[in-house]
Amino acid sequence: MLGLDKKDWTLLLIVAVLALAAPFILNPFPAGSELAQFNAGYPDLMQRFAIFGIFAIGFNILFGLTGYLSFGHAAFLGVGSYSAVWMFKLLSMNVVPAILLSMVVAALFSLLIGFVSLRRSGIYFSILTLAFAQMSFNLAYSVLTPITNGETGLQLTLDDPRILGASATADGSIPVTNLFGLEMRSTFELEIGAWLFQFNAGYYLCAVIMLLAFYAAMRIFRSPFGIMLRAVKSNQQRMTYTGLNPRPYTLAAFVISGMYAGLAGGLMASMDPLAGAERMQWTASGEVVLMTILGGAGTLLGPVLGAGFIKYFENIFSKINDNVLHGWFSFLPDGLEDLLVSIVHPFVGKGWHLTLGILFMLVVIFLPGGLIEGGQRIVRLFRKKKAPRGEDADHHPKETPHVAE
Amino acid sequence: MGILEVKGVNKRFGGLQALGDVNLSVQENTVHAIIGPNGAGKSTLLNCLVGKLIPDTGSVMFDGQSVLGRKPHEINQMGISRVFQTPEIFGDLTVLENVLIPCFARRDGAFRMHAFETVANEAEMIEKAMTMLEDVNMADKRHMHSASMSRGDKRRLEMAMCLVQEPKLLLLDEPTAGMARADTNNTIDLLKEIKAKRDITMAIIEHDMHVVFSLADRITVLAQGTPLVEDTPENIKGHPKVREAYLGESA
Repeated sequence: MLGLDKKDWTLLLIVAVLALAAPFILNPFPAGSELAQFNAGYPDLMQRFAIFGIFAIGFNILFGLTGYLSFGHAAFLGVGSYSAVWMFKLLSMNVVPAILLSMVVAALFSLLIGFVSLRRSGIYFSILTLAFAQMSFNLAYSVLTPITNGETGLQLTLDDPRILGASATADGSIPVTNLFGLEMRSTFELEIGAWLFQFNAGYYLCAVIMLLAFYAAMRIFRSPFGIMLRAVKSNQQRMTYTGLNPRPYTLAAFVISGMYAGLAGGLMASMDPLAGAERMQWTASGEVVLMTILGGAGTLLGPVLGAGFIKYFENIFSKINDNVLHGWFSFLPDGLEDLLVSIVHPFVGKGWHLTLGILFMLVVIFLPGGLIEGGQRIVRLFRKKKAPRGEDADHHPKETPHVAE
Repeated sequence: MGILEVKGVNKRFGGLQALGDVNLSVQENTVHAIIGPNGAGKSTLLNCLVGKLIPDTGSVMFDGQSVLGRKPHEINQMGISRVFQTPEIFGDLTVLENVLIPCFARRDGAFRMHAFETVANEAEMIEKAMTMLEDVNMADKRHMHSASMSRGDKRRLEMAMCLVQEPKLLLLDEPTAGMARADTNNTIDLLKEIKAKRDITMAIIEHDMHVVFSLADRITVLAQGTPLVEDTPENIKGHPKVREAYLGESA
């Protein structure tokens, strides 16, 4: 049904349940308890999980399937954000036209950059995309200030025209983003015992769009087009001598992933209507590369996991400061407490990058297939115990599935 | 008129005359071997046929059309498939997917955006690929990761990928280079099998006389970029010019 087999439906359903129940799942600790700071179930962070999930899913279509490593995808995200904010300024505060425009603009922009960059492959391609992205960043930061508002960032003001809406609300403030009247910031709070769960309209919009994006990626993975993209990664020489032109295939993958990035950018602006040049900087491009590799490049679920993982670290670990640490270790004698705090200190709070870096190294060295490979290994470990003895892995090679997963 | 007509082809690399006035005519449904010592220009000639190199002068006509100036994938779409010296396959993909790709290429052309179709629903293509795999006795390996196979199987797979396109001309670039005797014999058997099962035109570039004499209907001997003789295998065997080119004048 709908072009997916049973296994894919199961995966999609699992992702759907996880996404829709995220406000519960990510809030396992009662509000006000010691561990409440590990809760990730608040709207702002959940929106970021979904948005960066979309960004990474799209990036994976390019990098995971064709093997072309782009170091400039944040440029498309930034362009998407700017387009969306302009739509809010000029047209209306409805997010639909804003998101559509951000995808269209990102598609055109990625067509241009892809057309030039894809003349080269390997490291030269990466450098070209990086150069383009840095050019875009600098243009946005200083040259194109009438469009991007430079280092302040593009913001909504009270005198924006908003043809199909109001420049200002009745009480004189800037209107908020909405989906046909449903405000993105509106949140329903549910208190069960000591727990507080937040259901945010903006998050659910992001989650539904992420599910659609995941479904689209799944279809691409299972399509003849997807096989062609993997053929590009595998052997371009053979591809050419099989009567196929690799260039339009890679360009199509590049534009599709650019559109995903634009969609993510548009959603980001829809949740919080401002756009800054720093969104296009190379560190932002590098982040999506990390997410994809950490989760598992070329797998369907990996990039989403990687995005969630990194965003969780960025938001949760960075909040653990020395006071919190002292709180944790307060049961120990004073000297020991100070010693432990000073040992842990560099890895949390502002040092969260250090922890992330170490984890990233461990994953790349021991699990080259990312977190997904880790999961597969655990599953295999359990299966092996049940499997009959006498299986010789070398002489009974594992059959790979029809299409990669 | 042969299916492939090469006329007056010259190719220079700086001061080196790699090909000098090469004329060659490959007739339909024959196996035409091109032999010659190292540096005779065999590979250069082949690269001129598939679009990797463009000759300085001369013409290369395939099936009544010039191939010069066309890109390799366009030439393949005209009906020329190529088997490489070391098997070139899609190593990251399964055996079945490897054979499906040329099936799609044949049906859909050089590029098609079929992103929302599903491979599993392409029953016709899968059947075509499976028939081909049965033909080369690889059907039971269809789900194997193709990079993990033996070299002989990779050669078989590459051959299947070329044959499933139903090429009008199959080019083989030293298909047995670097192979052990047993593997070479297997390859010869495979090629004989293929030849027996269907009408096919093949041009083989080869070093190994054993291979050439077991397969070829016609043989062209190249030396220093120029064809010396073209004849049947029987006549080539004792030809004095050939002995001279291969063994030096003293022989």
